[in-house]
Amino acid sequence: MTSLSAPLNVEFDYTRSLGPVLGRFMTGLRDRRIEGVRGDDGRVHVPPVEYDPVTARKLTEWVEVAAAGTVRSWTWVSEPDDGQPLTRPFAWALIQLDGADTSILHAVDVPSSDDIHTGMRVRVRWATDPVGSIHDIACFEPGEAVETQAGQGEAVTMVTTPVRLAYTHTASAEETRYLNGLQEGRLLGQRCPACQKVYIPPRGACPTDGVPTVDEVELPDHGTVTTFCIVNVPFLGQRIAPPYVAAYVLLDGADIAFQHLILGCDASSVRMGMRVKAVWRPRAEWQQSLANIDHFEPSGEADAPFETYSQHL
Amino acid sequence: MAGQLAAVIGTGQTDHTAKRLDVSMAGLCREAIDRALADANVDWPDIDAVVVGKAPDMFEGVMMPELFLADALGAVGKPLLRVHTAGSVGGSTANVAASLVQGGVHRRVLAVAFEKQSESNAMWALSIPTPFTMPVHAGAGGYFAPHVRSYIRRAGAPEHIGAMVAAKDRRNGALNPHAHLKQPDITVESVRASKMLWDPIRYDETCPSSDGACAVVIADEKSAGPGAAWITATAMRTEPTTFAGRDQVNPQAGRDAAAALWKQAGIDDPLTEVDAAEIYVPFSWFEPMWLENLGFTGTGDGWKLTEAGETEIGGLLPVNPSGGVLSSNPIGASGMIRFAEAAMQVMGRAGAHQVADARVALGHAYGGGSQYFAMWVVSADKPS
Repeated sequence: MTSLSAPLNVEFDYTRSLGPVLGRFMTGLRDRRIEGVRGDDGRVHVPPVEYDPVTARKLTEWVEVAAAGTVRSWTWVSEPDDGQPLTRPFAWALIQLDGADTSILHAVDVPSSDDIHTGMRVRVRWATDPVGSIHDIACFEPGEAVETQAGQGEAVTMVTTPVRLAYTHTASAEETRYLNGLQEGRLLGQRCPACQKVYIPPRGACPTDGVPTVDEVELPDHGTVTTFCIVNVPFLGQRIAPPYVAAYVLLDGADIAFQHLILGCDASSVRMGMRVKAVWRPRAEWQQSLANIDHFEPSGEADAPFETYSQHL
Repeated sequence: MAGQLAAVIGTGQTDHTAKRLDVSMAGLCREAIDRALADANVDWPDIDAVVVGKAPDMFEGVMMPELFLADALGAVGKPLLRVHTAGSVGGSTANVAASLVQGGVHRRVLAVAFEKQSESNAMWALSIPTPFTMPVHAGAGGYFAPHVRSYIRRAGAPEHIGAMVAAKDRRNGALNPHAHLKQPDITVESVRASKMLWDPIRYDETCPSSDGACAVVIADEKSAGPGAAWITATAMRTEPTTFAGRDQVNPQAGRDAAAALWKQAGIDDPLTEVDAAEIYVPFSWFEPMWLENLGFTGTGDGWKLTEAGETEIGGLLPVNPSGGVLSSNPIGASGMIRFAEAAMQVMGRAGAHQVADARVALGHAYGGGSQYFAMWVVSADKPS
């Protein structure tokens, strides 16, 4: 049996408040000016550092450096990735700008790896529309510095750094059996051979005893609300419009509850101990997902006594 | 007490607030560090090692803060460790730093923890929809609210207890210059009138989202002068987020950590022997829940201590005289703030929120789905 997998894409546009040092550096780039900071040992750091790498003291003495320098080391990128400075093959290089004592990492645009060497002179190729970002240096290119028209404007205090992570989320073999069961409208758990507890979804190993779980147990689609909350809060990335009842549902015969939605009654009438049954989506829509159960609704039975679920809180 | 003596000789905090847009993460950490070094009357050459704590990476999208912060944390040429135990990380970071001194490895260790919540969205970061599951998750509040409901039912607690805790902590926060929220005029009634967010948790019973950092300097017996906060016990315990029969209201890991802590500190009756407690209470109801979990009261009786006003400053056990997590929540730092505030109490440096004659204080933190617990006891009296 092949384990199920599905894409899990996580992305967020993180902001970075730059603080006084990186803020001034980014403001300089926007204005086509490169500034470094002098360390306690006299070295000029470009890019600037907020705190001296030797003494840890806060650094405040600024030094403008040239928009040209010398390649100190490099590596060739034959297949650029998305988001890199150039879409054609290029070199990543450590470049020591004239007037700086440290090197800055950036791209050098040359036709091939035969066209770059350590010691080579390169100059900044400025971006057409600077915004106050390291990308205001589009890349470096062979040559010496040329005069540029300096811009000016508001101080840059913030950058946005989008982070995107593309994962493949793979279910375990046991979870895959459970998900395949869901596609057939069945709820399949597993029993621990040591403690006899029934887990749904199955874990593959009992978290308490650490032994493999292999005995499959088919569970009914009704059970008890152990506890719940009513979500009234909207938030970024939310899949269900609030307000909704997020409840722990303990299926009859299971020893652990899972979270699901309660509908079919006023949120204010949901109770601990309320007996509920699954409301399945139309069979044609069934997938390998617990979302085949659209929600749970009251079954109309009398509430379960507290003692029957108190050990599941 | 195992190993060498260790003591807190200085603490530092930022003035916690919603958005510190004027500083970088490095600058935020340094504000707390520089204050801690000054409070400890030491300078960079005196620091032998640095331990940094930071909550889940998704909170700021920085995967290795210990790497890019090494310069700012003064760690170049010194050992630098990063600790991560979700929301309890500030506490476990302090405990790891303490262990480096107790183990005789280092004489003076700097511990720092931070969070810059304004750079991200913690609610989003804690609600990533995992394939194949129902996307009902709704951040930390959504996670803890059902367990708060379970507590109320199990303990038979009256509904106003949560509001009492919130009003007390916010009033205490108004006494603390570092607190994010200062609400001297808040009342139980106004808390109960605030919007219901994750029923049964109301808006005013919820921690804020803060930018902030905290640092402590921990030193050995030779380096610790008069006025130090002696660390008489540390404890950490962990358990899985879910397993059949797990007690989500009164987790075993917390009970075990507390039992080990009191034993190590030589404390038989915590309620009478502890003078002040800084307990990690991000949602108001966790005060009575943790009072029970920590063994200050019997099971089901925590709320009675709160209701009797005994957790107010001046009560039998002042809880969160600083205003607690309900007044400031830079998540990664929040645990260390609890530990630092406990130290400040026994050092007599807590200013307007000083508990009179505090000799013994508890710092407590929990994280994840109540699965990581870290705590320490500090004392004004040097262990003999």
